[in-house]
Amino acid sequence: MTDRALLSVEEVLVDLPTPRGNLRAVDRVNLTVGAGQTLGVVGESGCGKTMLSRAILQLLPKKAKLQGRVMFDGQDLVSLDRESLRKLRGRSLAVVFQDPMTSLNPVLTIGTQLIETLQEHLELDLAAARKRSVELLAAVGIPAPDQRLTQYPHQLSGGMRQRVAIAIALSCEPKLLIADEPTTALDVTIQAQILDLLAREQRRRHMAMILITHDLGVVAGRTDEVAVMYAGRVVERAPTPALFKKMRMPYTEALLAAIPKLDAAPHTVLPAISGRPPDPTRPIKGCSFSPRCRYAVARCHGEKPELTEAETPAHQYACFHPIEMPVAVPA
Amino acid sequence: MAFFLAQRLLYLVPVLIAVSLLTFSISSLLPGDLAMTILADQATPENLAALRRDMGLDQPLWQRYFTWLGHIMQGDFGRSFRTGQTVLQALAERLPVSIELMLLAQLGALSIGVPLAIVCAARSGGPFDRFMTGTAFAMLSVPTFLSAILLIYLFAVELRWLPATGYVPFAEDPLGNLRFMVLPAMTLALAEWPGIMRILRSDMIATLQEDFISLAKAKGLTPARILFVHALKPSSLTLVTITGINIGRLIGGALIVETIFALPGIGRLLVGAILTRDLIILQGVVLLVAAGFVIVNFIVDLLYAVLDPRIRHGHA
Repeated sequence: MTDRALLSVEEVLVDLPTPRGNLRAVDRVNLTVGAGQTLGVVGESGCGKTMLSRAILQLLPKKAKLQGRVMFDGQDLVSLDRESLRKLRGRSLAVVFQDPMTSLNPVLTIGTQLIETLQEHLELDLAAARKRSVELLAAVGIPAPDQRLTQYPHQLSGGMRQRVAIAIALSCEPKLLIADEPTTALDVTIQAQILDLLAREQRRRHMAMILITHDLGVVAGRTDEVAVMYAGRVVERAPTPALFKKMRMPYTEALLAAIPKLDAAPHTVLPAISGRPPDPTRPIKGCSFSPRCRYAVARCHGEKPELTEAETPAHQYACFHPIEMPVAVPA
Repeated sequence: MAFFLAQRLLYLVPVLIAVSLLTFSISSLLPGDLAMTILADQATPENLAALRRDMGLDQPLWQRYFTWLGHIMQGDFGRSFRTGQTVLQALAERLPVSIELMLLAQLGALSIGVPLAIVCAARSGGPFDRFMTGTAFAMLSVPTFLSAILLIYLFAVELRWLPATGYVPFAEDPLGNLRFMVLPAMTLALAEWPGIMRILRSDMIATLQEDFISLAKAKGLTPARILFVHALKPSSLTLVTITGINIGRLIGGALIVETIFALPGIGRLLVGAILTRDLIILQGVVLLVAAGFVIVNFIVDLLYAVLDPRIRHGHA
């Protein structure tokens, strides 16, 4: 999008060998995130969102094969040596995982897990690192932060743990934060708080963020650009306002329609997307969404549409029969 | 923590009572008559009846059990009718030998097994891992008497570096004592490191799949810190368990190794007691060894709590 992209994912392709054959988890994905920008990556379970985030972080499973380039701050992370990569991770490139119940080490105190990151990347002595940790915990809204340092993850609630994970991610003032479904494992009442916290810290620190979610409603007010993924590919990509004003890809529309609405009449059937995503070990010849698409015609089953630009250069979609009708944005 | 400790200590009471019951039943379950054994060729009916009365053997079993337990409570474990030595004297003489052997063997086994497990887990599936896993498997199937003989042949017969058999107390000659202990301890360590390595390796591999390890990598921590601080501690619970069992088992002496290397440990004391039907020694030693085993496992329970805060706080 911007001329000076902080992160640009170029033709990234991730193959996972499985007993049932090769699984193409990410299929030639191109994405860019400018400094201080927020990109939402949306798609249902198994569409390759998490694999894409792992590919950016170079944290793919050992057996996975990665092709393409991940340019971050002028360096290609794919070809970067381990030691340089290690110095970037946690320092300039941070991540918040989905499940705070499993992403914090159960046998180390909150303090240890914060302080070790600070001391690894910043030249801080123990007292300074501890002071900074207390400030970070306070910044993410944890009450009595100095007492939390000696506590273990199991002594905190899920929401609190995710705040700790966010504090760890923010600790070295990263340039890019990848939040991989940061609220999926949390209570609904906590979700909005965590998302607002992320948005606030992102603006305050002028940090770029990739917000990965299965919920289009989550990215609506919180991102600059949205990329919709399906079966490992980006199928629609647009600045957030443009997307919600006029989504072109039937899959995006179906995703939006599948969000339960508060103002719907009681007992309305939720328009869930029928069927399941295609088996990623058995690639489909045509558009991967065609078996589930209500607009699909013969061409959709025989030929794969490429991601092409729409009337506005920033809006791209991969569809032969884009939707023409504007769809209402949910409240 | 205090509550946790008290709770675990309370568990010990029924266990120890059960152990004492079982130990006591040995004397009545074993074939042969104790009075007959003691008197041997002087066994006239009158002598036998008198001795049985003196030793309380004419009383019902439960009554004898409580008399025995009563004596033990006062620190009287009985006396060998052959050597005249009390059980406690025999133990004081033999236990240090077995405990030293056990400690040296565990030290050896852990210092081979733990580093290998960590390296293998970090490079699981690689050539070194496959080679070591195979070697460990092969070593598991080597019986101790075989490795003992091979070690004696190599280090005592061929190289003449170490004595093959014998013992001097540590207090008399520390260096000489260690020279006698090296081969037996090495024999036991060779039998035990494969188990340690395989258990820790598979637990570490499982831990390394955890989300918190991914996060530790994403935090840019060094590989050494990830392995030793983030992965080792949560992976070592099973290791602590089997080390505890090994220690408990070896408190009772390493029978084969003590015999081959002529070490005067508990193992040989027990064999001697069995062969000579010295039931008082047998009962007392088995009871104390069993109590030692129970106490080691109590310490293992405490170590769990040290390793895992969730157990400490009663969450697991």
